[in-house]
Amino acid sequence: MRRINLDHLATTPVLPEVWAAMQPFFSEAYGNPSSLHQEGLRAKDALAKARQQIATFIHAASPAEIFFTSGGTEAANLAIKGVAYASQRRGRHLVVSAVEHPAVLHSVEFIEQQGFTCTRVKVNAEGWVDPADVEAALTDQTILVAVQHVNHDLGTIQPVQEIGRLTAARGVPFFVDATASGGWIEIDVQAIGANLLSLAPHRFYGPKGVGVLYRNRKARLVPIQHGGAQEEGRRAGTENVPAIVGAGVAAELAGRALPERIAHTAQLQRRLWEGLQARVPYLRLSGPAPGLGRIATSLNVSTEFIEGEGQLLLCDLNGIAVASGSSCVSKSLKISHVLAAIGLDQALAQGNLILSLGRENTAEDVDYFLDTFVKIVAKLRAMSPMWDEFQRGAIDSVVAPRGSGQTSAAPAAGMAGTSHAH
Amino acid sequence: MSDIYTLYNETVMDHFMNPRNLGDLADADGVGEVGAAACGDIMKISLKIKDGRIEDARFKTFGCGSAIASSSMATELIKGRSVQEALHFSNQDVIQALGGLPPVKIHCSVLAEEAIKAALDDYLKRHPAPAAPAAQPT
Repeated sequence: MRRINLDHLATTPVLPEVWAAMQPFFSEAYGNPSSLHQEGLRAKDALAKARQQIATFIHAASPAEIFFTSGGTEAANLAIKGVAYASQRRGRHLVVSAVEHPAVLHSVEFIEQQGFTCTRVKVNAEGWVDPADVEAALTDQTILVAVQHVNHDLGTIQPVQEIGRLTAARGVPFFVDATASGGWIEIDVQAIGANLLSLAPHRFYGPKGVGVLYRNRKARLVPIQHGGAQEEGRRAGTENVPAIVGAGVAAELAGRALPERIAHTAQLQRRLWEGLQARVPYLRLSGPAPGLGRIATSLNVSTEFIEGEGQLLLCDLNGIAVASGSSCVSKSLKISHVLAAIGLDQALAQGNLILSLGRENTAEDVDYFLDTFVKIVAKLRAMSPMWDEFQRGAIDSVVAPRGSGQTSAAPAAGMAGTSHAH
Repeated sequence: MSDIYTLYNETVMDHFMNPRNLGDLADADGVGEVGAAACGDIMKISLKIKDGRIEDARFKTFGCGSAIASSSMATELIKGRSVQEALHFSNQDVIQALGGLPPVKIHCSVLAEEAIKAALDDYLKRHPAPAAPAAQPT
């Protein structure tokens, strides 16, 4: 069966050019970059090249500011814990947004158990962080501010440049989790004013098993993994050379193709959103409408009166890969903490679907998804007691209230977890 | 793809994709609805009962694949049973008939049991049982 990937936020396939660049470093050029012989020096040279490619990609001042890790999660752990431990004599307070990825939020929870404190800045109904709220949360004990570039569930673009300006003015290091945006929006660490920034190359056609942490001199950083002196002593362990080489090439290709990729997905995103609005009644978009406030790849929609896992399974059986923030999909049986943070109605949160486009998607893919999804919604609504009660006027719609019947409206906060599978 | 990977086993997937006894019974003798949209699952079971025996059962479910499969299987199992037998219906019957559920989805089978019990309660309320026969002296 033909497969359509509408879950690029989960991961992307490795591009042929990336795979070709990686291949020699498994068996032929297998050297350890720490070795001083030919094999080692060749591997070291490959790392240096990848470091330069990443530095160029995010407009870092120097490749010395690029550290390779095992993934975006490790990069976030290193940024949060590494800065906190390095700065604890100066202060023990952090400021993060309430809608950060679990890699950030759970790292923060871990150091809170060790006596650090953290202010979680709330977001508005579109998942947007107000820079004024970040500023208001700062104290003279604040040693780190962490706000994502783009929300991984909603696609909301955060005002990182404004936040970067105000943290710089206060001399507080600023960490930007760019794992949901890297490869899909221009990233300029200097323009943002980020002192730390993380990337997940597998989200932009690089391999899994490698992550990037950018860090400049204004943020003190101690290692959280101990061993050899790799990565300037900031991240011990023999480097994953093939994956790092792949990350470098993926970044170079993404940097070059960025305007084209954005234009392509933006057009499909519009087609998808217009199609959903026209063909699926009682459906709500979470996060900003397609345009300047939202990443050009994703839509986060909730279809009323049906649940998300059933939608996901039926999409999958029809050849379409999608994600959902509903509780049945998560291993913790809790809805996405992001949906809770924006105050989405509980039943709508259960009907959630996250669609994310990529370079290989076509208009035909979007049309096939729409045709299929219309049938899936009809099938699941026919099974749903809620749909039946709505038809009989016993309950009302939350998305488009008719003003008759009870609504089950209740904000999703308090039932959320942060263990959802992205 | 030559292989199809599935989240659930073949029986669960079959009941999810081809649910048995879907719908309502217009002249149901007992109806039970349990769960809440906020929790991700609502199950409604309607029973047609004649001479103390379940003649027909229907379900409607708002919920995940295993919730739909659990209610579909539960209605299959309950049909033909006496009310007394059905009162002892257990979620283990559903799990066994489905060939197992992932541990995090066991609660779906519990909900199916609760929906059936709720429908039976409704029936017993509407049809109060004649006083139990006095115990026979031995």
